[in-house]
Amino acid sequence: MKEIIIISGKGGTGKTSLTGAFAALAENPVLADCDVDAADLHLILKPKILETHDFSGGKQARIEPDKCTGCATCEEVCRFGAIRRIPAKDDISPPFFAVDPVACEGCGVCAWFCIPKAVQFEDALNGHWFVSETRFGCLVHAKLGVAEENSGKLVTLVRNRAKQIAKERNCPYLLVDGSPGIGCPVIASLTGADLVVIVTEPTVSGEHDLARVADLAKHFGIPVAVCVNKADINPGMADRIRVNAEARGLSFAGTVPYDKAVTAAQVAQLTIVEHDRGELGKAVRKVWERVTALADGKDTK
Amino acid sequence: MKIAIASGKGGTGKTTVATCLAQVLAETGLRVRYLDCDVEEPNGHLFLHPEIYESKPVTVPVPEVDREKCVGCGLCAKICQYAAIACVKKKVVTFPELCHGCGGCARVCPAGAIREVGRGIGVAETGRSCKIDFAQGCLRVGEAMSPSLIRQVRDIPTGAELDIIDAPPGTSCPAITAIRGADFVLLVTEPTPFGLNDLALALDMVRELDIPRAVVVNRHEDENLSARKFCSERHVQIAAEIPDDRRVAEAYSQGLLPVIALPEYRPYFLDLWANVNKLATGTPGKEPA
Ligand code: SF4
Ligand code: SF4
Ligand code: SF4
Ligand code: SF4
Repeated sequence: MKEIIIISGKGGTGKTSLTGAFAALAENPVLADCDVDAADLHLILKPKILETHDFSGGKQARIEPDKCTGCATCEEVCRFGAIRRIPAKDDISPPFFAVDPVACEGCGVCAWFCIPKAVQFEDALNGHWFVSETRFGCLVHAKLGVAEENSGKLVTLVRNRAKQIAKERNCPYLLVDGSPGIGCPVIASLTGADLVVIVTEPTVSGEHDLARVADLAKHFGIPVAVCVNKADINPGMADRIRVNAEARGLSFAGTVPYDKAVTAAQVAQLTIVEHDRGELGKAVRKVWERVTALADGKDTK
Repeated sequence: MKIAIASGKGGTGKTTVATCLAQVLAETGLRVRYLDCDVEEPNGHLFLHPEIYESKPVTVPVPEVDREKCVGCGLCAKICQYAAIACVKKKVVTFPELCHGCGGCARVCPAGAIREVGRGIGVAETGRSCKIDFAQGCLRVGEAMSPSLIRQVRDIPTGAELDIIDAPPGTSCPAITAIRGADFVLLVTEPTPFGLNDLALALDMVRELDIPRAVVVNRHEDENLSARKFCSERHVQIAAEIPDDRRVAEAYSQGLLPVIALPEYRPYFLDLWANVNKLATGTPGKEPA
């Protein structure tokens, strides 16, 4: 089984549309949506949810008001500004303290040092993850709760479960829609993968972010294939991206033209290859052929 | 006043809106600072071309253990929630990349064997681009602790009347860290199914933080009113609609500010600012729970 991660560095380059298309083109794939912050793959894959699980990525502090003596130790030890001081109504009584759940990093230091044990330190419910069936294969995906953290842990969970299913079902490919950026969720989506496909666009920011995310892949020793989407917006820059990528020892997986059919496919809840049988579809197929050749090690160029 | 420009989905034009707004307002004589808190992929500098005056390393405090003093009690490993310090057979090992810098281990150590030292996770830079004050954070590649860096960039003191914060995309810790403390949030979206799905998530986040907000629809087309319909259903105001224009995309691709390359776009941002002022001083608008 080969695990292929599709990431973008910069968001909005069409990573999810391409992942959907690859899902349609791959034979018997398992799919994972690791863009848990802003998951969109389900909008075109229309999954039927088979299993729902709670996700707890860590703990969270909560102060029990009747046990709290108002000593302010928690406020002093918390480095994340997560303890809120609420003054008492009269001027004599000590203030109340409460935890701001959004700011709390779950470090537990306040709970450890609170003498009357007024801080409850309990598992937080940070979101849910799902195992679903789609028209192309099994999809593992997730929904992070509102303003919740620990997306890196959720990504790891989604990926591991998808990997396990791919092995059980003997599927040749696991396709992972990764997160944008280069921080914790991206690191969690790409460590140990067989191939990273970086989808970029020919803009100064696309080029800049490609360089950063390619460095990240290199840092973790994962082979990279670069795909330039919307290449005709700036053909000169698209070409420069290809030349620079090859000069840096990255593989080039091809280009895809800018096409309004991408949005039309989203509206129709279809992948671009199902929706478009013209130039766009053709270009995407070519990219997929090259990606599989690279992932299978059949392309040594 | 601090206004944060955010978006659930990346690539909707957040940086374009933030930099163009900074540019047109600076031209009106307002003292503006542009603050790039998208530390994983800071892009504002590609359009504002600032001169950087100061570049400071940003660190998080991580433990350093003095083996002479350590008595091997294991309390440090017990308090750490992130497995960043372990005590095996009375020997302590640290994993600095996992450390959140909470300070718990140093505080709990009965032998005073733990000293905190700074570990670099990136840089915070300040400078100036013409009339705009500029600040940005840049995360070191391979580094996961972006919220710590964002916090430190967000809190760089300023003399500006208006802070425009370019927040990272998404709805989890990095985005929240950048938006916290802002007086107003503009959520940039595009009228596509992916764009609106992610806008819904971002709206939930901003509502949870209880900050006044409005939407900027980028790549608006008159024949596609899906964003207007969405915003009216969700009772959130649209502060600007910026038309879909290939010339904007081309200017952007070359690193040109659309409001400079295409001056006819300036009124959009002046109107946007007028709308923000109206909404920020009025009630944020009631939304159904
Ligand atoms: S440390 Fe405990 S008792 Fe003291 S203020 Fe905090 S919660 Fe209350
Ligand atoms: S658990 Fe840590 S971050 Fe949360 S309130 Fe307590 S000390 Fe602060
Ligand atoms: S500072 Fe906090 S996170 Fe870092 S090692 Fe110590 S206890 Fe763990
Ligand atoms: S708490 Fe201090 S003395 Fe105890 S194991 Fe850790 S470093 Fe050593």
